[in-house]
Amino acid sequence: MSTGTYTQLLDLACGAFLLAAVVVLWRRELVAIVQIFALQGIALAAIPLLLGLHEQRVVLVAVAVGIGVLRGGVLPYLMRRALAASVPPPGEEHQYEEDVSEARETQPLVNVATSLLTAAALTLLAYTVARPLVDLAPSPATRALPVGLAVVLIGLFVLATRRRALAQVVGFLLLDNGITATAFLAASGVPLIVELGVSFDVLLAVLVLQILTTRMRAAFGTTDIDDLRELHD
Amino acid sequence: MSGTGFAAVTAQVVVVVGGAPLLAGLMRQVRAGMEGRAGAGIGQPWRDMRKLLRKEPITPVGTGPAFRTAPALLVATTAVVAALMPLLSTNTPLSGKADLILVVALLALGTVALALAGLDSGTAFGGMGASREMTVAALVEPTILVAVFAFSIPAGSTNLPAIVAGAVRDPSRLASPAGLLATAALAVAVLAETGRIPVDNPATHLELTMVHEAMVLEYAGPDLALVELGSQMRLTVLLGLLASLFAPWGIATSSSWAALAVALVMFIVKVALLGTVLAAAEVFWAKLRLFRVPELLAGSFLLALLAVTASYFLSGE
Repeated sequence: MSTGTYTQLLDLACGAFLLAAVVVLWRRELVAIVQIFALQGIALAAIPLLLGLHEQRVVLVAVAVGIGVLRGGVLPYLMRRALAASVPPPGEEHQYEEDVSEARETQPLVNVATSLLTAAALTLLAYTVARPLVDLAPSPATRALPVGLAVVLIGLFVLATRRRALAQVVGFLLLDNGITATAFLAASGVPLIVELGVSFDVLLAVLVLQILTTRMRAAFGTTDIDDLRELHD
Repeated sequence: MSGTGFAAVTAQVVVVVGGAPLLAGLMRQVRAGMEGRAGAGIGQPWRDMRKLLRKEPITPVGTGPAFRTAPALLVATTAVVAALMPLLSTNTPLSGKADLILVVALLALGTVALALAGLDSGTAFGGMGASREMTVAALVEPTILVAVFAFSIPAGSTNLPAIVAGAVRDPSRLASPAGLLATAALAVAVLAETGRIPVDNPATHLELTMVHEAMVLEYAGPDLALVELGSQMRLTVLLGLLASLFAPWGIATSSSWAALAVALVMFIVKVALLGTVLAAAEVFWAKLRLFRVPELLAGSFLLALLAVTASYFLSGE
C-alpha cells in the first residue's frame, strides 16, 4: 500500500470515527444511536487494520479483527437486546405506569443544539491540547491523534448529560472507543495482553450495566437516573 | 482581459436569470411526476411571472421604502453574485473580486432586505416570518462561510475562482474527509438558505410552518414576480456554488471559446441534476418542526467546523 493511499484511508477512517461520535449527540432515537455506535466500532477497527497493513504487523491485524467483532458486533447486540427488553410487549398489564417513550428517546439534559456546539468547542480543545504531542513525532497516525482525544471528550460529555441508563452506557463506550483510538494512533496500540484485558473489562462492564438497568426497571419502572435518590440496604 | 471573460460573465447572469424559473419548474415537475400528478410543465413559473408582470403594482397602505425596494434589491444582489461566482469560468474580469466573504455578504443583504420588508408590512405574519428568517440566517451564513473555508485552506485563498481552479488541478482534495464533511455541511446550509423542505415548505401557505411565504404575503403583481424570481435565482446560484466547489469538472480555466461552451453545458446539466435529486428527496422528507431547525443547523455548523479542523490538521504539511 502506497503512503499516499494509506494516509488518505487513515484520515477517512478517523473522519468517520469522529463523525459517528458527533451523530450520537445529534440523534435522539436510541435505536439509531446504537446503529451509529456499531458503525463507529467498524471505523475504529479500520485504524489498527490500516496501521497493521502499513507496518506489516500481523498482531495488529488480529487485534483489528477482534475490535471489529467486539465493538461492531457484540456490544451493539447487547445494547439492542437491553433496548428490546425495555420496550414492554403490547397488550400486557403492567404493575407500574411505564414510560414507553424511554425506549426511543434519550432525553438529554442539555438541548441538542447546545450540545452540538459544545462538541465543536471540545473538538477544538482536543486539537489544541494534542498540538505539542503531535509535534513530538509527526506522522500521518499521530497527526490524527486529536480525533481520539476529541471522541474521549465527547464521550465524557454524553456520559454527563444523559439521563437514561442506556444512553449513559453509550457515553461510556464512546469514551472507551476514544481511548482505544488514541492508543493506536499515538503508539500503534498497547501490548496484545493489555488490549485483551481492556476488551474483556468493557464487555463485562456492559453486561453488568445491562443487569443493573434491568434491576432499575424492575424497581422503578424506568431507568431515569434522577429517580435514584435514596439509599437502601 | 479577453472577450471570453466578458462573455462568461454575461452568460452566467443570463443563464441564472433565464434558467432559474425553469429550474423551479423542473423541480415541481419532478415532484408532480413522483407523486402521480400530471404537473404544469417546466415553463409554468415563466408563465406565472408573465401574468404577474402584467398586473397593476399595488403596495399596502403605510408601507415605506423598505417594502418597495426589497424585491429589486433581492434580484440585484443575486444577479451580482451570479456574475461574481466561478460558475462557467475561473478566468473572468471579475474573478479577482469574487471573494467568498463578499459573496456571502451579498446573499445576506438580500435576506435582510426581504426580512425588513416583512417587518415593514406591519402584519403579524410578516413580522413572524422575518423573525424566523433571521433565526435561520444567523446560523446559515456562518455555516456557508466555514464550510468553504475548509477548501480555502488548501487553496491558500478565500477567492472563489482560486479555490475552484485549485480543485480542478488537484481533485484529491475533494475526496478527503474535509471535503466530504464540508459537502454535507454546505448542502444543509443551502437547503436552509433557499427555504427548501426540511426547513421550510415553499409550496404551502400554512401559517404555522411558513418562513419565506410569511414575509412575502403582502406582495402582489410585478413585485411578487420579482420576489419569486429572486428566490429562484438564489436557489440556482447556491446549487451552482455547490456544483462548482464539489464537482468542478468542466469549468473553464483557460480563455478558449470551446471550453466555455463545454462549461455552459456542464453547468446546466449539473444544476439540473442537483435540482432533480433535491426535488426527488423532498418527496420523501417531512418538514422539521421549527424548534428542531436550529438543531439541524447547529449540526451542519459543527460539520463545517470539523471540516476546517480536519483540513488543517489531518492533511498536515
